Amino acid sequence: MNAYLPREAEVVERIEESPNTFTLQLKLTDDAPYSFEPGQFNMLYLYGVGEVPISIVAEADKERVLTHTIRALGRVTNGLAALRKGDRIGLRGPYGHGWPMRAAEGRDVVIVTGGLGCAPSVSIIHHILEHRERYGHLSILQGVKHTDDLIWREQYDRWEAMPDVRVLLAADIGSPDWRGHVGLVTALFDKLTLEPRKTIAMLCGPEIMMHASADLLHTRGIPADAIYLSMERNMQCGIGHCGHCQIGSQFVCRDGPVFVWPQVRELLGVRGY
Amino acid sequence: MNDSLFLPRDALQTLIEQLKSDGFRVIGPCVHDDTIQYRDLADSATLPFGWTDDQAPGNYRLTQVDSPRAFAWATGAQALKPYLFKPRETLWRAQRDAAGKLTFSSEQIEDQPLAFIGVRACDIAALKLHDKHFLDGVKDSNYAARRAGLFIVAVHCAYPADTCFCASTGDGPAAADGFDLALNELEDGYLVEVGSERGKAIAARLPLAAASSDLQHQGAQAVAEAAKRQHRQLPSGNLQKPLFERLHHPRWDQVAARCLSCGNCTSVCPTCFCNAQIDAPALGGEVTEHLREWDSCFTEGHSYLHGFMVRPETGHRYRQWLTHKLGSWHEQYGRSGCVGCGRCITWCPVGIDLTEEANVLCNSAAGESPQ
Ligand SMILES: Cc1cc2nc3c(=O)[nH]c(=O)nc-3n(C[C@H](O)[C@H](O)[C@H](O)COP(=O)(O)OP(=O)(O)OC[C@H]3O[C@@H](n4cnc5c(N)ncnc54)[C@H](O)[C@@H]3O)c2cc1C
Ligand code: SF4
Ligand code: SF4
Ligand code: FES
Repeated sequence: MNAYLPREAEVVERIEESPNTFTLQLKLTDDAPYSFEPGQFNMLYLYGVGEVPISIVAEADKERVLTHTIRALGRVTNGLAALRKGDRIGLRGPYGHGWPMRAAEGRDVVIVTGGLGCAPSVSIIHHILEHRERYGHLSILQGVKHTDDLIWREQYDRWEAMPDVRVLLAADIGSPDWRGHVGLVTALFDKLTLEPRKTIAMLCGPEIMMHASADLLHTRGIPADAIYLSMERNMQCGIGHCGHCQIGSQFVCRDGPVFVWPQVRELLGVRGY
Repeated sequence: MNDSLFLPRDALQTLIEQLKSDGFRVIGPCVHDDTIQYRDLADSATLPFGWTDDQAPGNYRLTQVDSPRAFAWATGAQALKPYLFKPRETLWRAQRDAAGKLTFSSEQIEDQPLAFIGVRACDIAALKLHDKHFLDGVKDSNYAARRAGLFIVAVHCAYPADTCFCASTGDGPAAADGFDLALNELEDGYLVEVGSERGKAIAARLPLAAASSDLQHQGAQAVAEAAKRQHRQLPSGNLQKPLFERLHHPRWDQVAARCLSCGNCTSVCPTCFCNAQIDAPALGGEVTEHLREWDSCFTEGHSYLHGFMVRPETGHRYRQWLTHKLGSWHEQYGRSGCVGCGRCITWCPVGIDLTEEANVLCNSAAGESPQ
């Protein structure tokens, strides 16, 4: 069995989220089984161009539809951006270890994201809201560079209105209609009322943001092994063969992308790793 | 060692014929482009009789000497790597029909099993590491297909190069296991060891005689002397901790000032496995091949992430290579990623020597710990 062989998927919906961010809803055209956990990713293949790792945003429903939110940044993602309903792509996965949804049961959850880090972490939110009784208080902290970069505004409003959910937003650069904080997402920690011993934190975004956030949350009493982060590295294979995604002894594709902080703490922020 | 059998030198031809008659594609060392390379063996006369090599940091020369021996040289630039994990190969093909429907299909792997003659202990050790990488966990089907039928005729190394240090990594100069047959080259022929049932079956069809205790003694002596002639060595033990404690050591900048980031060391290294994937669409547009090629942690693209590189500088890359090869491998594969073949020293255009770098680093005070 060739582990690299993609399966065919059809674009069933394409949603424009912002000028450079879009969501693809994909349906596998074969009937082989598919299931995933929040935080895992797929390798999406654009015919004749190549493959890229993309997180799975939403639970696959009965119709076997997978949601991916993608920012157009380069060769493959710009090509994916041009897809229309009915177009076909390749897909293989799911790969990697996802978020510690089991370990989080019975605890409060703090989600800290930056930029498009919100995409891989939306799966956590969906999961918690779907199994609401299993989890405690949910805090969602999202930082963006410009207020325009914030996608899913209505969704955040909807979540904020729910009981036992707190949404805190920050933008480095504000705008007149911005109700959130102006500055770094880490400044929002002051607004959190934490019960550190019963809290689990999940971080996703630029590495310096996660580096600083993990340190700060730890200082506030959250144990190191209750802090999780989703790492990003160049990926070619997704299955531990190509060597591109390594951080020290960890293969991000296979041992991550979600790591418990102590696994990567030593090398986080060291230039070159 | 059951090296009590003796094969006369002229019977190498019989060995090749027997392997071929069993359906193997027989590959062995040949002089090609002024180096010793593994190539298809037409017959035993193609073996490098009377050739020896002179290797030093950044230097490789072949010379002819008056010797009847076929294996009086150390490893050339290649190990088995290019045959099992190809420099460039198709992983799969995609076809697109007029309606845009995609069909993915695997590439057929050539199914003739390979038999290698003259494999050194270091290269068998490297093969075992690639087995762990490509076969444990998710299997690489291309590698697995080629690995499945592999037949190995090892040769104990009696002519280590100046750059070799397999005795210090514990991987040579004698091949301990992982072969079907092993040869120990003497002045008149070979002591033969059988390492597998398949090896035994081939040996039964060779004109083998009993080896005198004198010949056996000569064989053991040659291997012991080969180990003694090696003067390079790596610091002993698991270097993961000492290397990662010195990520900010000034030595990295010193080696970076010499290193060209050319990646030669990674191409010749029999354990390096990095690769990249690319698409090669046919002009017509209805079919595309998805290829993988060897890559190197010394290239720019290796650590590229939308608009920036994790390792923009040569120093970062050399440090990544050495700390991975000699450090992180222990956690990933249960041992160092270096088998002491010395190729990266010989084929580095500026003669950078990893044993020297590792020794300087590990024998100096640990720098400040990574911030
Ligand atoms: C585990 C994981 C999950 C991700 N999830 C998402 C997501 O949900 N949404 C989203 O928009 N982006 C996500 N990314 C980032 C996305 O994979 C890159 O933006 C994308 O690979 C860029 O490819 P490109 O060909 O368009 O860009 P180019 O700049 O042309 O890149 C060329 C090649 O470099 C490699 N590469 C470049 N950037 C990255 C990167 N960040 N990560 C891995 N390989 C890279 C790829 O092999 C790519 O084909 C994720 C990355 C990882 C590692
Ligand atoms: S690191 Fe150098 S000496 Fe060690 S196995 Fe690789 S090429 Fe050989
Ligand atoms: S160490 Fe030598 S062979 Fe390796 S990249 Fe640097 S210059 Fe090239
Ligand atoms: S993406 Fe290839 S090893 Fe992780």
